[in-house]
Amino acid sequence: MLSRGIRGAVKIAAIAVLAWGAIGGRASAESVLRVAMTAADIPDYTGAPDQGYEGYRFAGYTLYDALGLWDLSSSTKAADVVPGLATSWAIDPNNNKRWIYKLRQGVTYHDGCAWNADSAIWNFARVMDPKAPQFNARHVGQMGTYVVNIASVDKIDDYTIAINTKAPSSLFPYEMAMYYMISNCGVQKAGNDYNVYMKTPAGTGPYKFDKVVPHERLELVKNDKYWNPQRIPKHDRLVLLPMPEASTRAAALLSGQVDFVEAPSPDTIPRLKDAGMKIITVPYPHNWDYMLRMDVPPFNDIRVRQAANYAMNRQDMVDMLQGVAVAATQTLIDSQPWYGKPVSYDYNPDKAKALLKEAGCTPCVIKVGISTSGSGQMQPLPMNELVKEQLEAVGFNVQLAPMDWNALIGVFLTGAKKYDFNAINFSMAPIDPVQGILKKWMTAYAPPACCNWGFFADPKVDQLGNEALGEFDATKRNALLTKMNEQAVADAAELYIVHDLNPRALSPKLSGFVQAQSWFQDLTPIVVSP
Amino acid sequence: MWLYAGRRIVLTIPILLGVTIICFALVQIAPGDPIQNLLSPTATAQDAARLRAAYGLDQPLMVQYFIWLGKVCVGNLGMSISDNVPVAGEVLHAFVNTIVIALISVVLAFVVSMIFGVIAAYRTGSLADRLITAVAVFGISVPPFWLGVILVIFFAVDLSWLPATGMGASGSETFSYFRWADFKFAIMPIIALALPPLGIMTRTTRSSIAEILNQDFIQTLRAKGLSEAQVIVHAVVNIMPQAVAMLGLQLGYLIGGSVLVETVFTWPGTGYLLNKAVLTRDIPLLQGTILVLATAFVLINLVVDLAQSLIDPRLKRS
Repeated sequence: MLSRGIRGAVKIAAIAVLAWGAIGGRASAESVLRVAMTAADIPDYTGAPDQGYEGYRFAGYTLYDALGLWDLSSSTKAADVVPGLATSWAIDPNNNKRWIYKLRQGVTYHDGCAWNADSAIWNFARVMDPKAPQFNARHVGQMGTYVVNIASVDKIDDYTIAINTKAPSSLFPYEMAMYYMISNCGVQKAGNDYNVYMKTPAGTGPYKFDKVVPHERLELVKNDKYWNPQRIPKHDRLVLLPMPEASTRAAALLSGQVDFVEAPSPDTIPRLKDAGMKIITVPYPHNWDYMLRMDVPPFNDIRVRQAANYAMNRQDMVDMLQGVAVAATQTLIDSQPWYGKPVSYDYNPDKAKALLKEAGCTPCVIKVGISTSGSGQMQPLPMNELVKEQLEAVGFNVQLAPMDWNALIGVFLTGAKKYDFNAINFSMAPIDPVQGILKKWMTAYAPPACCNWGFFADPKVDQLGNEALGEFDATKRNALLTKMNEQAVADAAELYIVHDLNPRALSPKLSGFVQAQSWFQDLTPIVVSP
Repeated sequence: MWLYAGRRIVLTIPILLGVTIICFALVQIAPGDPIQNLLSPTATAQDAARLRAAYGLDQPLMVQYFIWLGKVCVGNLGMSISDNVPVAGEVLHAFVNTIVIALISVVLAFVVSMIFGVIAAYRTGSLADRLITAVAVFGISVPPFWLGVILVIFFAVDLSWLPATGMGASGSETFSYFRWADFKFAIMPIIALALPPLGIMTRTTRSSIAEILNQDFIQTLRAKGLSEAQVIVHAVVNIMPQAVAMLGLQLGYLIGGSVLVETVFTWPGTGYLLNKAVLTRDIPLLQGTILVLATAFVLINLVVDLAQSLIDPRLKRS
């Protein structure tokens, strides 16, 4: 009797739920893509995203465009720069420090403001000219690095600008693919007050700003007038939710609260797969490595650097990570055009021991700065413990010095000489030859100028870099950059460990997503089924 | 009474001043820099220095502290470095989200613990007593964040009864505790927060009631012919000052100690805000949040002291 009553109640409840679902389905025809980000907060969405490249991925290329854009349409080749708000660019045949950019016509910002040469020049002044009313010190922090080579910008006509660089800079178009253009009308209407502007920010991107709940969610809607019809979103609304806890993201996906999860932790992947979620992994330029300090012992000796590389059993690391990484024997991934055919430091503990003995570094004591978590740092604690174990097996004596992510960024920015670390575990994004080769290995980019943290110095590398910057023929330039990369690997300029495969977990109701070999992703092709 | 309250309020000022100094010093001792979160991955040290100067972080520490303190005295907690919005608004919004679930949790824990404590004390050594003691020990021992994760796995993932994370389907700005579709987001955070105080208060109530029930005046009450229910009411009234003190203390702990639970459930309260401020080294936000939490803690203790003196006038006289 009782069980019959319970069954009846369950049936009534089920009918009610189905009816509610049907009513809800009819009432809401809007298709919504809900994304759980790893970020601890909503990235800046005014045109200078913070929170690392995740900010660029979700609050940058969604709302805004740059002169060039990353081609994110393929998962089988590394992403490269293609025309965006500029339809073409070329170096002035009479002046190798002057780039001519042809701007795309007929484009308007989300607020109706026209995109043209005046708007482009206004946008450069926003970061380059402290006296301009639209100057934004916060935007300088994020965007300043991309305009550091610009001397001035001239208007040639309404849809053509000339950008004068301080020195010949053949790789300049890569920098222009990271510099977002925001609505000059919007900022002017806000009285050049960015706190007012952020209530209705406007770019030219495939999504338009709709609303934000601080710290909780950013909601964007489809820009159905986007200039590239191929990239008009195939869903109506994009909801971005910060969820720094990996277990919370997995639970949110499993319970149906979100549809798309960034970086599920390896131990949750079997459970997500069992529940029918799609796990997508693709190689992309994200190397998890040790930057080495090379102006002092022991890593000033190439034999010690090579020994460390030969000590790495990278397959062990991949197995520990349940296959969400691949072995790395250099900074770049093999689909990048500058990969070349460098030496490969395959696991060889005997050779590592012999090299350390030859270098007279026994035991070879090193101190390594590591973070306990952080953007792109993968699973830093167990991974560093494994690296330590493998290094110590060949004669190193490793002291790991853990700190939080913010502190490690400080160590990176100020350079090796101000600390007593022999190495730091600091993953980088070698997305282009500027970030992946030039800024890592040229002495001109040693701190405080930029990112050659360990003061690597090889005159051959510097010479190749300078030749590449002055070479405007793409084939010849790529050959120079490839040689440069090969030389840096021959010098064992880093301790190469793994490349991240960037796992993502998607609800089975999503289709159409192509995971590009890039830090940035195009969400526009995603179809959300009911 | 008013003199007592006034004296207590005046005494809170040096306490809060001490809190600001300790908080400021601790934040400065910790390595890291709020500016780093505002920089691109390939920014230079010069970019960092320029931005640091723009936020006044290149000033000597004493100068930075007194500038901040001066603003606090006129109700301005400064601007958040990472969000570029007033800290006061940020903290107030988060504080409301925290105080409501903390209050619900502590009241729930108080009511249940009184019932459990009385049953356990009245039936000392019985199966009910042992079961209640087991629940109380579990509540005291279990880390709330672990409990939060277990609740999520069970109720959100396996049973799909409750949402795993967040505050309402559209965020906290439209959240209502009186709408089931929203309130269900609060259930698991409330349970995770309520269990530790439930354990502590149950154990305290049990031992206090058991002690009272062994006193002579209880025997007198029974001899006068009072029912057992009336006897228990007398016993409960006798432990009230102690129970109220415990309730206030637990509420204070919940407000200040909800960081892990709010992070697990992505509940946008002061704990979540504090965690974010620590990770981004957002010094004004960190200082503002701690100051508000410390003020709340001190005020709750003040209210509890005053309530205790109302319930038990002997305290006021002492």
